Amino acid sequence: MQRYIVSSVTQAVLVLAGVLILVFFMVRATGDPARLMLAREAKPEQVEEFREKMGFNRPLIVQFGDFVFKAFTGDFGNSLHYRLPAFDLILERLPATVQLAVVALIMAVVIAIPLGLIGGASPGSPVDAVGRAIGLVGQTVPPFWLALVLIIVFAVNLRWFPTSGRDEWTSVVMPGLVLSLGTMGRLVRLTRSSVLEIMGDDYIRTARSKGLSDSVIFFKHALRNAAIPLITVIGVQFGYMLGGTVIIESVFAWPGLGRLVAESIGRRDFPLVQGIAFFASAVVILLTVLTDILYALVDPRIRYE
Amino acid sequence: MSEQALRPPGGPIPQLGAATSDEGSLSQRLRYVGRLFWRDKGAVLGLALFLLVVFAALFAEQISLHDPLQQNLEVSKQPPGWMTAGRWEYPLGTDNLGRDLYSRIIYGSRVSLTVGFFGVIIAAGLGLVIGMFAGYLGGRVDGAIMTVVNVVLALPYLLFVVFIAGVFGRSLLNVILIFGITDAPIFVRVTRGEVLKIRSSGYVESAVSIGARPMRIIFDHILPNLIGPLLTVATFEMSAMIFYEAGLSFLGLSVPPSVPSWGNMLEAGRSYLQTLPWIATFPGVAIVLTSLSMNLLGDWLRDVLDPRLRRARK
Repeated sequence: MQRYIVSSVTQAVLVLAGVLILVFFMVRATGDPARLMLAREAKPEQVEEFREKMGFNRPLIVQFGDFVFKAFTGDFGNSLHYRLPAFDLILERLPATVQLAVVALIMAVVIAIPLGLIGGASPGSPVDAVGRAIGLVGQTVPPFWLALVLIIVFAVNLRWFPTSGRDEWTSVVMPGLVLSLGTMGRLVRLTRSSVLEIMGDDYIRTARSKGLSDSVIFFKHALRNAAIPLITVIGVQFGYMLGGTVIIESVFAWPGLGRLVAESIGRRDFPLVQGIAFFASAVVILLTVLTDILYALVDPRIRYE
Repeated sequence: MSEQALRPPGGPIPQLGAATSDEGSLSQRLRYVGRLFWRDKGAVLGLALFLLVVFAALFAEQISLHDPLQQNLEVSKQPPGWMTAGRWEYPLGTDNLGRDLYSRIIYGSRVSLTVGFFGVIIAAGLGLVIGMFAGYLGGRVDGAIMTVVNVVLALPYLLFVVFIAGVFGRSLLNVILIFGITDAPIFVRVTRGEVLKIRSSGYVESAVSIGARPMRIIFDHILPNLIGPLLTVATFEMSAMIFYEAGLSFLGLSVPPSVPSWGNMLEAGRSYLQTLPWIATFPGVAIVLTSLSMNLLGDWLRDVLDPRLRRARK
């Protein structure tokens, strides 16, 4: 198990290094980061001054070393628009995004897992049909369009929820639901197929032939084994949600990191975008490591290796 | 992958008999696949919808009613034809500038399909070549390639796509390249996995033992077996790319606003949700139907190509 955790952490460090390289070179990919970050009508001397100020005229390797060193001390530079440290702006917006992702994850898990379990245990039943419909909707309905439809129906016509913002506790319902839909669909499909697969396994047949009741077989044998792959997926999906809020937060004017990214790109505030991209990746990577460890704790096949 | 879409019984499925085993002629095998296809109503619906979208894209000039770019303020803000104030001349209504929504949706299919098609071709091509290298050569090459693949797959995808699109600016070519390159790792992983499986199979071992050269093994034994799994992934990824393209358009990061694309139309309709809700409704329906068609086809392909699942469907 130690070897397993060490390899997971090593992988995480590699990924983090990859992210740093990617984020650093991305703004330099078009050749001139100063031109990229300034308005098109900026005069040559303004560009030159900006280049000097940002240190873009130093050798690339020096710039990269500086960038990496600062990133590890939490210094992503200053936002060009807000003229504040990017890290402070990120921390300020983080709670809203985490709240949204947590609500969405809870919605997805609470709805998807029971549907998937019942659907897998009795394929073809009405509950199964509902589950499969959610699975398909999650894959085929674009979240930003669903968001618009929900706003038309529930905010404009029925006035049950506010159209946007984060002022009331009901504000989180619609963006949460929209964000959860993709994950919900994936979880229903996964739960269903893993229960279906397990129900055909040898040890289930053995349990049946011993004369155990269906409920004991389902809860003691099938459920425990079906839960293992779910842990990984839920961990990964939470990370996906944190990164997937860009569009949804923009639609609902949710004051989180996603909306900050969309706004910052519009303002060419790339130091802030770099900071958010690195920060969000780091959080996702951390979640992956935690999921791996949890997985090892739950699955005896890894624990005793 | 364990994310299978299993379906409940839908009538008996023909079993693999002697006639459909590997010795079966091509026409026999095609007939067998055809039988499997007609039994799956979802697949038939998926194919029909998909052909409809392709038809709309190919014959947009013939089947559209108006110039999708032509603004006509006299007929602006028309509701769809079946509503009392609507006119059948504009079946789905017009937008705030008086452009015909029906014609714009027809033309919008071109953007979506172009991005989906070429994006998948690039991603699958890159993925196939790199994945083959990784799986066939193994060792350090494999380790290095898979590290890069894992880095890309571990990132918050949408965030980075938005980032890249923001750096390179809006054009159709950029969007295709962004999706083609960022999506390649998925194809690398699938190809590599399949290559590893095929390499250790009995028939490749026998081919090696009678002295077949690597090129022969790759072209005769490995490539044909990759087509199925890659085609399945390609349908799902194409649907995902159409999704993401619309999302980028919606953020103002895909094709320029003058181009009629479903995402641009949604974005434009967003300001009129309260007064002219149809502007944002129909492009979304188009995205849903396109995506549905590809998902239904993909589900069917996956079920048919995986005999283990075919058994489970019985």
